Amino acid sequence: MTRTVLFAIAILAGLAILALAPAFLGEYGLGFMVSLMSYVTLATAWAMFSGPTRYISLATVAFFGIGAYTVAVFNETLPYPFVLIVAISIGALLATFVGFATLRLAGVYFVIFSFGLAELVRQLITWFEVNITGTLGRYIFLPFETRHIYWQLLALAAVTIGIGFWIRQTRLGLALKVIGDDELVAAHSGIALARTKVLLFVLSASLMTLAGAIQSPRWVYIEPAIVFNPTISFLTVIMALLGGATRLWGPALGVIPLMILFEWLSASFPDHFSIFLGAMFILIVFLLPKGVLSAVETRLARLKREANA
Amino acid sequence: MTALLKLADVSKRFDGLVAVNQMKFDIKKGEIVGLLGPNGSGKTTLINLISGALSPSQGSICINGKNIAGKRADQIARAGVARTFQLVRILPSMTVLENARVPAAFGAKAHRGSEIDRIALTHLKKVGLGDKADMMPGELTYIDQKRLELARALAAEPEVLLLDEWLAGLNPSELQDGIALIKELQSTGLTILLVEHIMEAVRALCPRCVVMNAGTLIADGPTNEVLANPDVVAAYLGDEYDA
Ligand SMILES: Nc1ncnc2c1ncn2[C@@H]1O[C@H](COP(=O)(O)OP(=O)(O)O)[C@@H](O)[C@H]1O
Ligand SMILES: [Mg+2]
Repeated sequence: MTRTVLFAIAILAGLAILALAPAFLGEYGLGFMVSLMSYVTLATAWAMFSGPTRYISLATVAFFGIGAYTVAVFNETLPYPFVLIVAISIGALLATFVGFATLRLAGVYFVIFSFGLAELVRQLITWFEVNITGTLGRYIFLPFETRHIYWQLLALAAVTIGIGFWIRQTRLGLALKVIGDDELVAAHSGIALARTKVLLFVLSASLMTLAGAIQSPRWVYIEPAIVFNPTISFLTVIMALLGGATRLWGPALGVIPLMILFEWLSASFPDHFSIFLGAMFILIVFLLPKGVLSAVETRLARLKREANA
Repeated sequence: MTALLKLADVSKRFDGLVAVNQMKFDIKKGEIVGLLGPNGSGKTTLINLISGALSPSQGSICINGKNIAGKRADQIARAGVARTFQLVRILPSMTVLENARVPAAFGAKAHRGSEIDRIALTHLKKVGLGDKADMMPGELTYIDQKRLELARALAAEPEVLLLDEWLAGLNPSELQDGIALIKELQSTGLTILLVEHIMEAVRALCPRCVVMNAGTLIADGPTNEVLANPDVVAAYLGDEYDA
């Protein structure tokens, strides 16, 4: 009881400090914090689905981009909260279709499909804008400054981690843990595999869509190529896996060092950035699929056992 | 009285191979039936068909008159079929108690709240794991892992229990314990289909046996008669057979 109270106080204090960040940071620092909160949301949402199911999804930017692009289309005609609702609805609808259509694909086929999905959505929107509306490129006029966007993303990141925490207490969380351990046992215990996975995929995709929608006013001018940038998908996977996709705080912890690393890499080696990114993706996906934290823990546990023996 | 489990014309083809060929038998409520046959004769495949891990190429499988053939494994589990696996499958990241909680929460009864723990613990005690509830299954001995798998199947509170060589790999004293445990389950009125190679166990547990060879039913009747049946003896010749 007291532990829970202390934990809650610590979380609130942390949130309060983070909420005060705009008072201390300049425009560059705050921009960095905006990206940070965006990636904390994306990586945590990604892990919500991919952690227990072990599907490596590269569809992150499909949903993120849909969020951003929906705001670009509707920001002048609908009130902001409605724009967000429209964005979530489109993201969730797409995730439902994609979920039921693809979750029976195994391993690498799912990776390829999810990557293709983001490209497909981008090409479809581009085609539609060029041939039907004749307006490739849109402007977002919303009265938000960087700090307003930051606060919204901070709230979204907190809600996302909160949802992750809440799921762990529910039947859904238990079902996911079983699926993560052994799908066959899960099915024979009465757990509906497809429905459970699609539910999680939709929840995860909705949060990603919202992250894109909220962050979009930062760009002012939006084209499909900007908001459907595949780098976002790859970064999300690396961050979530680095910290450990099966832990609640793992993905968030993975974001911080990688944000700093990538900020430095893209400034110092802009031409080789994507090589680093690809190498890192392969390294982490193949060598440390359970995350760096858990690899370190396993190593430490083994050392301790050997020391005791 | 109608059959609790009724198989009619059940077949399963894998590409060219017919692993199960027009199998047909009934099991009454409360009955314990042995499923015998040499290695590769299709016993595990038949268990997979009944439990929904595989769907039959043809035929019907009825529980209480309701055809479940081709339904998903989770639907069949909720219809009252529980199973163990020939190679033990425990949930490694969850405690012994959590392992047993899963079917209590998601099975036919879909219990809620503290009832889940109560059901899980009841069945852990029944198999003799009451004092190991907080251990990780990886720390259990082989027989205890098998017990855990049985407790997990029982926590679903099934109508039919499918045991795939649950007694295999036990030492002689463990085997006696195992046989006593299954006897006790049957005395509570549970219906059991038991795949088994150990003839001592079959004789002790099953008044009736069905025998498969190369996917086909070759005998169905009282255990003594079935084991003396020349077709059954011929099927087992050449197969290592510990009678
Ligand atoms: N998933 C599968 N795909 C292809 N062949 C299979 C599959 N499962 C079982 N078989 C084949 O079906 C036959 C029966 O196997 P099985 O049911 O495991 O026999 P038993 O349990 O009686 O030893 C074997 O020849 C086996 O190789
Ligand atoms: Mg077998």
